[in-house]
Amino acid sequence: MSIQEVNRTGTSELEPAVEMVTLTIDGFEVTVPKGTLVIRAAERLGIQIPRFCDHPLLDPVGACRQCLVEIEVNGRKFPKPQASCTIPVEPGMVVNTQLTSTVADKAQQGVMELLLINHPLDCPVCDKGGECPLQNQAMSNGRGESRYEGKKRTFEKPINISAQVLLDRERCILCARCTRFSDQIAGDPFITLNERGALQQVGIYEKEPFESYFSGNTVQICPVGALTGASYRFRARPFDLVSTPSACEHCASGCDMRSDVRRGKTLRRLAGDDPSVNEEWNCDKGRWAFKYAHQDRITAPMIRDESGELREASWPEALAVAAEGLSVNRSAVLTGGRVTVEDAYGYAKFARIALRTNNIDFRARFNSEEEREFLATLATTTVKYSDIDQADQVVLLAFEPEEESPIIFLRILKQVRKRSLKVVSVAPFTSRGNSKLGAEVIKNVGNEPSEIASLALTSKSVVLVGERLAEIAGALSSAKALVEKTGAKMAWIPRRAGERGALEAGAIGNLLPGARPVKDPAARVDLQTAWSVESIPSEPGLGTDQILEALHKGDIEALLVGGVDPFDISRDAIEGLKKAFVVSLEIRNSAMTEIADVVLPVAAVVEKSGSFTDWQGSRRSFDAAVSDSLQRSDLRVLSMLAEEMQRPIHLPTVAAASKEIAALGTWDGNPATFAPSASIASKVPSENQALLTSWRNLLDEGTLQSGEPNLAATAKKAECVISADRAERLGVKDGDLIRISNEIGSMTLPARIGDIDFRAIWIPRNSKGSRPLLELGTCTHSLVTVVKA
Amino acid sequence: MSNELVPHQSDEVAPLRKAESEVAPVTDKGAASLFNQLKGFWVTFRTMFKKVNTVEYPEVKEATAPRFHGRHQLNRHPDGLEKCIGCELCAWACPADAIYVEGESNTEAARYSPGERYGKVYQINYLRCIFCGLCIEACPTRALTMTNEYELADNDRGKLIFEKDDLLAPLRAGMLPPPHPMYPDADHHTYYRGEVPGASPLQENVAKNVSRNISESNQ
Repeated sequence: MSIQEVNRTGTSELEPAVEMVTLTIDGFEVTVPKGTLVIRAAERLGIQIPRFCDHPLLDPVGACRQCLVEIEVNGRKFPKPQASCTIPVEPGMVVNTQLTSTVADKAQQGVMELLLINHPLDCPVCDKGGECPLQNQAMSNGRGESRYEGKKRTFEKPINISAQVLLDRERCILCARCTRFSDQIAGDPFITLNERGALQQVGIYEKEPFESYFSGNTVQICPVGALTGASYRFRARPFDLVSTPSACEHCASGCDMRSDVRRGKTLRRLAGDDPSVNEEWNCDKGRWAFKYAHQDRITAPMIRDESGELREASWPEALAVAAEGLSVNRSAVLTGGRVTVEDAYGYAKFARIALRTNNIDFRARFNSEEEREFLATLATTTVKYSDIDQADQVVLLAFEPEEESPIIFLRILKQVRKRSLKVVSVAPFTSRGNSKLGAEVIKNVGNEPSEIASLALTSKSVVLVGERLAEIAGALSSAKALVEKTGAKMAWIPRRAGERGALEAGAIGNLLPGARPVKDPAARVDLQTAWSVESIPSEPGLGTDQILEALHKGDIEALLVGGVDPFDISRDAIEGLKKAFVVSLEIRNSAMTEIADVVLPVAAVVEKSGSFTDWQGSRRSFDAAVSDSLQRSDLRVLSMLAEEMQRPIHLPTVAAASKEIAALGTWDGNPATFAPSASIASKVPSENQALLTSWRNLLDEGTLQSGEPNLAATAKKAECVISADRAERLGVKDGDLIRISNEIGSMTLPARIGDIDFRAIWIPRNSKGSRPLLELGTCTHSLVTVVKA
Repeated sequence: MSNELVPHQSDEVAPLRKAESEVAPVTDKGAASLFNQLKGFWVTFRTMFKKVNTVEYPEVKEATAPRFHGRHQLNRHPDGLEKCIGCELCAWACPADAIYVEGESNTEAARYSPGERYGKVYQINYLRCIFCGLCIEACPTRALTMTNEYELADNDRGKLIFEKDDLLAPLRAGMLPPPHPMYPDADHHTYYRGEVPGASPLQENVAKNVSRNISESNQ
């Protein structure tokens, strides 16, 4: 990253005018801001000084000594060549790199020779071969022949430092990039440099494995093949891969990504470089959870025949059956939160034109009317990552950034580290992520709305509202009132990548595309004109829960679903779904396939183009990484289906949808209004009862993480967090089993004593052995009985 | 714009055929014509007594030059392990994009080559191969060499994509078919230095157990 790119992020705009320094490098004068490192100043002139340990986002360390140059200040030369990655520029400095100084060149060749003494000749079997800075710089700045005739130092190779990351100590050149990243960026100092001299090596602690959510970045920044990913081991060479810039489909952080595809299969994904979003990092889920698109795919349309069995059918036949089934008076659409913006727009338009209903909802999870009203007022929020950089404090409401949006976590952590940013979190206990942020945790389970109302904020504060806040009645209203009172900035952070985009595309019952309120006649007329249709239904549609209830009662006869897991919504959602005619657009066999009447296969994210809107409201578009896929996007299938129903939506391609969305823009008339809801007094648990709280861990049993056992092995084990006095009451220690039960069912989990609110317990929401929605029929703020198992 | 679309009509282009009037007419007559014909037959007659350069292929086959670039071969170490490590350097070097390789990890249970990596999939497409030999030069383990076999024709395009089994060198005396463990106390350096003489009885026993376990687990 060059200096210019730092300026592009806008961070320096508010800083006072920077003092500039002029120096000479290889005879060329260059003017750079004070404090710039010599190596970076040289980059501005296009002079490449070889380097390994230097990384623009990590603190300088000068570990590898490869960037030696000759430096002269005030006419006096340093007696020996200096590491240009650790020396800041000074006025009148004269720098001679390897290009103009034989001393610097010889010094660099000497360092390279030393680095290669113990580096094995592994290049043919090494995953880094072909894209290796050591290979490249040995060619550009090394000697052709080695003079070393001794024996190389060897280690056992490779060793697993986590299930996902392999360490080959022979190859390590001790640049300390990985250890610095883990310490400075991820805040997980689980790896360190042990021993000294030739035996110095990267190591892990005996008791704590390298189970960081960001461990994949160390693989990406390792300048040699010392750290490699277990899933990409020996899979391909750089020249085999076709790289496509892409967007991450897992969470709402909005990471820039690169997908590397060989013969129609994604083999690896790397973090892209977007300084305004993910900088150069991403989380392990984004990096390694992509194999779901490789297995168990549905490739042909299927229809349920008279005997109740699904059978493969041709596209015309399946479309005809689906169109006939959907041509009823009362129907609804559930899109799920993983849709791209264009697909969401397709669903929204399909519901309004082909089904003539506003019964559409993207929330395949907990949902309430309060949340829907809250969301309707969100379309104009413009809080960005850069607001976190400038905030005087960050407030997390029912939001665990490390688990639910890891790049926001990295951004907050960066500011915590840089300027001790104050972080306040309303949560049941101090999670690992919160303790890394040094957050002040407000633990008052059941009384969150009043706690939120009493927070002291300024107009420079940033309030990050997690999607789980909707689960507490009245909490969203309370947060909104707080923000209106204090002038603080507020952003809503959904967990899934497509939710914000789906909201703006109108895949919800009270909003039309472009955040046009359904209730507003002017907004409807505006859209009618744009779509050239006679009318748009004027009644706000039902929400997810209401749709399911109506299905149960038989009030809705047909349902169109796109990639929704019914068990994400509730335990018995599937019962209602069985009663209706269900058309399911899916990539893989799922619980929905088993009950659907027509299954239409669609493309996975890597096989289609589109865009995702992140929590900031910025869109990141991507092209199909697997360009020759025969799978169709949801949008294409919906378009065909609408044509079959004789109510065309005219969206044959993603480009067409994108153009239409841009032309529609955002509604500039009266915005939707928000009526605050009252909070409900919390239930008081008795002696052996507790209020259940939960959230989803980043790595869990999520559908998009299947097919990647190495990643799953680094997931946190499910445990139940209980308070110390509850542990005493129950007579349990850390690791003892406890049973959590209610009238629906029970679960047994090992206990962990934490600083949790004495009334509450916490369990992961969707981890192995802990799926409360399935086992207990509830996952938050309800009473459960806790006993020793 | 429009005048650019008019078909190019130019008389600068030479006509394909010369005008009839330009072709020289046959003017030889009588004795001169006969003499010219005899001259031609004499060449034919004289050639009948010369040594022939061709052979009656395919009944007779001549040996190629010793370094003739023929079909490829994937060589083995003296104990039968494959020399190929699946590094794909051959595929990288190939100017015709004729080679496809997929690497895989050797495990304790199934070892195909010394060291960490072996070539799980190895294909050479002889419809594309131009027999330039750059792959041979690229191979870091001398796993890939060329034989003198040149009879590479078929009436099925699919059959001209040679798989690893088609390319692997035959097992010679002292060789065990992989997967089997490395020679006792040897590592991949020992193999590359050529210090492994041939399969040891120890390897043979383990290999037998491995194959028995595999067949049992299949049942």
